[in-house]
Amino acid sequence: MSPAASAAILAGAALKMRMPASLLQVAAIVVGGPLLVGLMAKCRARAEGRIGAPISQPLRDLRKLVRKERIHAEHSSAVLAVAPFVLVASATVAVAISPLVTTAPVLDGGADAFVVVYLLLMGSVALALGGLDPGTAFGGMGSSRAMTVGALAEPALLVAILALSIQAKTSNLPGIVKATLAHPGWLASPERLLALAALVVVVIAETGRIPVDNPSTHLELTMIHEAMVLEYAGPELALVTLGEAMRLGLLFGLVANLFFPWGIASSASLPQLSLAVVVLAAKAATIAVVIALIEVSTAKLRLFRIPELLAGGFVLAVLAVMTGLVTR
Amino acid sequence: MSEVAFLIGLGAASAAALLGAALPARLRVLCAGLLSSAACVCVLLAAGRVLVSGHAWNAHSSEVLPLTGVSLSLDPLSAVFVATAAAVGLAASCYTIGYSAHSTPSRAATALFPVFLASLFLVPAGASVATFMVAWELMALTSLLLLLSEHRRRKESQEAAQWYASMTHVGAAAILLGLLLLATHANGQTFVAMAAHRSRLPIVLRSVIFLLTLVGFASKAGAVPLHVWLPRAHPEAPSPVSALMSGAMVNLGIYGIIRVGEDLLGGGVLWWWLLVVAIGVISAFFGALHAAASTDLKRLLAYSTVDNMGLVLIGVGAAGSLAVGGERLLAALALLASLFHLVNHALFKGSLFLSAGAVQQATGTRDLDQLGGLARRLPLTAALFGLGALSVSALPGLNGFASEWLLLEALLHGFADHAGATVVSLLVGVAALAITGGLTAAAFVKALGVGFLGQPRTPGATSAREVAPSMLAGMGLLAAVCIVLGVAPGVLLPALRRATASGLAVGAPSPLRPGLGLDLASLNGAIEPALVVAGLLGALVLTWTLIRLLARRDELHQARSAEAWGCGRELQTARMEVTATSFAEPLRRVFVDVLRPDHDIEVTHVAESRFFPQAIRYQHRIDDGLERVLYRPVISAISAWGRLARRVPNGSVHRYLAFGLVALVIILVVLA
Repeated sequence: MSPAASAAILAGAALKMRMPASLLQVAAIVVGGPLLVGLMAKCRARAEGRIGAPISQPLRDLRKLVRKERIHAEHSSAVLAVAPFVLVASATVAVAISPLVTTAPVLDGGADAFVVVYLLLMGSVALALGGLDPGTAFGGMGSSRAMTVGALAEPALLVAILALSIQAKTSNLPGIVKATLAHPGWLASPERLLALAALVVVVIAETGRIPVDNPSTHLELTMIHEAMVLEYAGPELALVTLGEAMRLGLLFGLVANLFFPWGIASSASLPQLSLAVVVLAAKAATIAVVIALIEVSTAKLRLFRIPELLAGGFVLAVLAVMTGLVTR
Repeated sequence: MSEVAFLIGLGAASAAALLGAALPARLRVLCAGLLSSAACVCVLLAAGRVLVSGHAWNAHSSEVLPLTGVSLSLDPLSAVFVATAAAVGLAASCYTIGYSAHSTPSRAATALFPVFLASLFLVPAGASVATFMVAWELMALTSLLLLLSEHRRRKESQEAAQWYASMTHVGAAAILLGLLLLATHANGQTFVAMAAHRSRLPIVLRSVIFLLTLVGFASKAGAVPLHVWLPRAHPEAPSPVSALMSGAMVNLGIYGIIRVGEDLLGGGVLWWWLLVVAIGVISAFFGALHAAASTDLKRLLAYSTVDNMGLVLIGVGAAGSLAVGGERLLAALALLASLFHLVNHALFKGSLFLSAGAVQQATGTRDLDQLGGLARRLPLTAALFGLGALSVSALPGLNGFASEWLLLEALLHGFADHAGATVVSLLVGVAALAITGGLTAAAFVKALGVGFLGQPRTPGATSAREVAPSMLAGMGLLAAVCIVLGVAPGVLLPALRRATASGLAVGAPSPLRPGLGLDLASLNGAIEPALVVAGLLGALVLTWTLIRLLARRDELHQARSAEAWGCGRELQTARMEVTATSFAEPLRRVFVDVLRPDHDIEVTHVAESRFFPQAIRYQHRIDDGLERVLYRPVISAISAWGRLARRVPNGSVHRYLAFGLVALVIILVVLA
């Protein structure tokens, strides 16, 4: 047998071993993402003195939406219809290759942090194009704002990941998680804390939470994300909502595991995996509650003050890299 | 074998030029196009053979050029540039057949195109100062004339040509000076003789030579602040020529920096390469920002070229400084990454310029604010432009991502080097890469979304029809290679590794493991784009199936078409759509200090009362800020000097005779 063929068989076997754990991750995020959104809404409601909808409300909304009629705006092309699928597919692959439940997801070697970042960018680009497709004033305005916020959040995200990668000497996500598990002392290192602060800013911007964007607003002047997806209805709106919830779950899970990876499964045994799912849920829920409390206690920024916040995140990330280089 | 194919290619290009000048109108476009394509195929085979085998060849003929003769040589480094030019050339030649059928170009334009192509092959193959400079000037002159070929119809191309002519000649003079300085001290004008002599030159002299050639090469590569000609010339040239300029000609500036800095001068000292990184960082940021703010489709693409050449320069500079620091593996990785990005940029930018030309031909304009809705009218052009746009935005599965990832990894692992200055330059390089990533995505979402989606804004856009098949073939060829290199970037690795090894003075170990994906063996990092794409396709199919299973049966067939939400207003017209200007407005506001846009609001009132405006005129433009700051003072100083000098010759014969006498006296005094 040629070496190439045996390598292919070995890769195939590895894929088969890793596949169930990755599928479990996808399932956890598909269900968990909307639940996190519901949890945040619930926290906000309680903090504001309301009772609020049940935590499972986003999942029920999805079930309702998927059974509704498909409606397309009259001047739209195929882009409008395809964009939600691309959003969900890119989020699914990003979730499958990230170390959320297991340190050995599919594409172990190829599970690079930059691949995940650019898969998220793929979803954002698809949504922005979908917003421009019907040729309305709102959609375009939302796309323009979303791309601006994205363009400013991206440098902070990449440099924050770089800070972690320099410390772990790899940009491979499972590699970073394993290195953190092996060096618990990193948790308190200044570069980690600075990178964490930068990442929190980015996560707030990318998931469209207050103070960057208000997910529950429908006031035209302040909308970003909601303006962009205004023309979606029925199953396609369900996909957009699901995709966004999955991205939120992925980002919360990644922040949790990059900075506090304990509890993640290092083998594919069933008890370990199920424990890891519970731990991940607990960690992500903690982050969700913290961000919900930030949301309640701050006012939304004016659109043209957002760049200052994101530039702050970028500076924190650069400082993280520099601290790491000085203290090594 | 390879040299024969190369010479046949040059012969075919000359034949194309002759036929283009001689044949009648209808026939010459077809013949020149086909022969140029054949020339490109021959040269592509020649360069491909050098890249696959790794064997360089030399050829010398003393008959062709008087005094010095012609020396040609193709080593793997040159072959990468020749092959890239040939690939873009093949697509552009194919494209000219349909493009020119629309409005037949002049004999000169048809004949010059193959000559321009041949000069793009000759510059990297030139192995002596004389051959190199002759080819370099041939390239400059033919591209200048081609740029002017539509000057009767477009006044702007005359101004662009003035800028281009002055910048390219100042650059060529600087290169010539640098290379002559090197040749006189090396006792020989062939590159081999110069490279053999490099270690005996004092470092001051080498630095002077490097700086002189850097001025010329950086200006050809469109590096800030020597870029001012590029956003004018590339948009104004006919589209196949723009594609060659942006896809092949700017690369040769990078080639010159690598060839002179690494090969002829032996790597030099650290500050050379830090300077290159600095230029790259400024170019990348400035180019990406202007691309995000541009509303002219081809100007946007031209600024994106400045951006991408900046990224390549960051890689080249990082490679140089790591090599000086003794990090051979990392230097090889950085150079390989930048060469890979250069090849990818040529492919997607070539395709994008060709599609922009198709849009211009179909609609008569390239102003994004007047386009819209082209995806329904030019579906294939829109799809090919979309592929290029997603590629340049570095989305996974397309080639732009593969090389940007490699560049990021090279910089990331470069931090292992402990020299302080190198590390700082790498950090700045990464920051530039990160900032341009988001801005590029915004720029190309704007180009694609405003230009091709939504409703058409003008009658020209409404009545657009799909372009000729040969034009689509040209664009499709490049787009197909973009996909192949995006899914399996590993196929190009062996060739790039050989080019890297012949490009670095210190020699280069292989940084990557062979395979379809990219795997940095000992450095611990890998991507598998093929598997990511497979996963994406699988997830798409899965989502689609799930939606079909969950949705109600009667809702599956055809989506209902309804009017878009207009905030309670009826009648949504194209005037309410977001334009390219308004799409870029938030970014323009954020970066107002760098872009410095000019606003002009003029309100005319009705005669009876100044409280009732009759008409409001709003003008808005973004000029190149650096041009205003750096070039305007120079230009006004030169014209002031010219006005002053004009007073001296006032037409009086007596005065001229006096000049002659004074000159004679001065010569006699000097000689005595």
